[in-house]
Amino acid sequence: MSNITPLKTEAEQALIAQGATVASDRKEAFARFLEHGLPHRRVEAYHYTDLRALLKSAPPPAKAGGKITTTSPLADIDAHVLTVVDGRYDASLSGALPKGASVSASSALADDGSNEKGLLSADPVIALNAAFSDSVLDITIAAKAEIEKPILIRLVTTGAHASYPRVRLNVGDHAKAFIVESHEGAAAGSLIDSVLELRMGDHVTFDHLRLNLVDHAATVLTTFGGAMGKESLYRGHNFVVGGSLSRHQIFFRFEGEQSKAEISSACLLNAKQHADTTLVVDHAVPECQSREFFAHVLDHESTGVFQGKIIVRPGAQQTDGKMMSRAIVLEDGATMNNKPELEIFADDVACGHGATVGALDEDLLFYLRARGLPKAEAEALMLQAFVGEALEKIEHDAIRDTLEAHTEQWLKARSA
Amino acid sequence: MLEIRNLHVAIEDGSKKILNGLNLTIRDGEVAAIMGPNGSGKSTLSYVIAGKDDYEVLDGEILLDGKNLLEMEPDERAAAGVFLAFQYPLEIPGVATMTFLKAALNAQRKGRGEDELTTPDFMRRVKAGAEKLGIPQDMLKRGLNVGFSGGEKKRMEILQMALLEPSIGILDETDSGLDIDALKIVSEGVNALRSAKRSFLVITHYQRLLNYIVPDTVHVMSKGQIVRTGGKELALELEANGYADYVTNAAA
Repeated sequence: MSNITPLKTEAEQALIAQGATVASDRKEAFARFLEHGLPHRRVEAYHYTDLRALLKSAPPPAKAGGKITTTSPLADIDAHVLTVVDGRYDASLSGALPKGASVSASSALADDGSNEKGLLSADPVIALNAAFSDSVLDITIAAKAEIEKPILIRLVTTGAHASYPRVRLNVGDHAKAFIVESHEGAAAGSLIDSVLELRMGDHVTFDHLRLNLVDHAATVLTTFGGAMGKESLYRGHNFVVGGSLSRHQIFFRFEGEQSKAEISSACLLNAKQHADTTLVVDHAVPECQSREFFAHVLDHESTGVFQGKIIVRPGAQQTDGKMMSRAIVLEDGATMNNKPELEIFADDVACGHGATVGALDEDLLFYLRARGLPKAEAEALMLQAFVGEALEKIEHDAIRDTLEAHTEQWLKARSA
Repeated sequence: MLEIRNLHVAIEDGSKKILNGLNLTIRDGEVAAIMGPNGSGKSTLSYVIAGKDDYEVLDGEILLDGKNLLEMEPDERAAAGVFLAFQYPLEIPGVATMTFLKAALNAQRKGRGEDELTTPDFMRRVKAGAEKLGIPQDMLKRGLNVGFSGGEKKRMEILQMALLEPSIGILDETDSGLDIDALKIVSEGVNALRSAKRSFLVITHYQRLLNYIVPDTVHVMSKGQIVRTGGKELALELEANGYADYVTNAAA
């Protein structure tokens, strides 16, 4: 290895200057970031999302007291609302949780999750969050608790600064809950770097919806680490429309047998938006099932990235993993990068992946137009159906309807 | 009235000419059948009338009630009264049949400057039409044509035609892939739509369909032209003698 120190980018220089202020228990995390700096295209996991090139600047961490000026897109949904403003939990804007669920916030990180037993990989984006996050929101769902209504965590960024939200969720055995992680607000120049860690016990049923509805000019780097015990069900959904530059990392691990995870995503991109989803599903134990379904609609000069890896550890027999990525590219200037991978170290498994990229089917379009639908309307109907395949996996009717309406608006704006 | 005059058509890249100066007139209320061997250009004719853009019209015109169809988009042609029942109706996963029917019906009404149908009125029409064609209600809730059998798809085409009330219905080999029972149901559906105002262009290989949908005129197509025109008895003659005469004549 050479000892050449690369030139620091403007964003890196800003982050280094900001690093002077990190708390003493965060110095280690910050050092880990410094070691490599922002990841670039020669780092395999960031090949399609070169943060050194794409992240032009790094705004300072948000000061306390930011005011929320937007309403939640899910404001009409009957839910328990928790609010995190610029990365910090705000009890005054949060409701009480029902019996069986509790919430607390502290500035202590304790464990940044990137160690050997942690849920997260040693990743510079996660290290940055660990260094700058000064409020950790802990949510606990007690064993056997069944939380009827969704818990809506609004993560709002109020301006052109950086926010580093960090949420830890612990779900006890036999518990049932639905969490919505809603990233909202922000502005041109905002940087969001958030981490959500989820630990589920045995016999859990857990639904998790992540929304990226932030300003179209913001940078959104989000990481989700999840682990689950035996005979449990996790259903994760992602809906991405916001951010000029976004990357969502999913690290999911099966730790108990006979569990099932379904992860789906609908990503609608236009203009010059760049959205990356990087997924690692780790079948560490036998007899688990995972289903991953990712749908991208790419208009104008947008770029979509899907990197999905299913790992089957030695001995994880009878693993059943299927991963699918489908993308519709609407304009010549739009790009989709698919990188599906299987790493299988067991011999009795059923794993598969598929990826398609294409334009809207001309024959289908003609069929619809021959029935009287004008071109824009026919395209919208086909795209709505395409996105619908990902959205239909959401079990909550009102939330699914809201996202379908959101999709309809997006399509209307397109043909307007 | 549909008038096709001197129609010359090539596939989009111009490499192959398919229609070579085709002339055809279908009066209001007339059921015209076009028969002909494979590759004679029958399906191309139906697509060109409906407006598929894989073809290049080199010359000629297509007029529906005096309006120049070739200047219209496919959806405008539909609103003007053209309906093409596809030989292979397409499957559209994720679009419920009911949603599609409503979108199509209202788009056409809008294209004609009419008000949208109310939901109860729409439901009533669909239910009545579906019942006549033996289409069960649960099929209407499924994705359009997804998992439908060949016969179910063709019945769905006829249901669409009944709801959209075109002035010309083009049936492109509607009999292909149908068993005899389905053929009867589909034919009855078509016959019920016959009226003094509505004409049909029935494209088929076989005379059998014309036992059920009895045509007023029969045209033989070969090498992109109408080479012979007669009454319904012409279909029987073709059934007995085959297309060999026409293929050789046209090639000569």
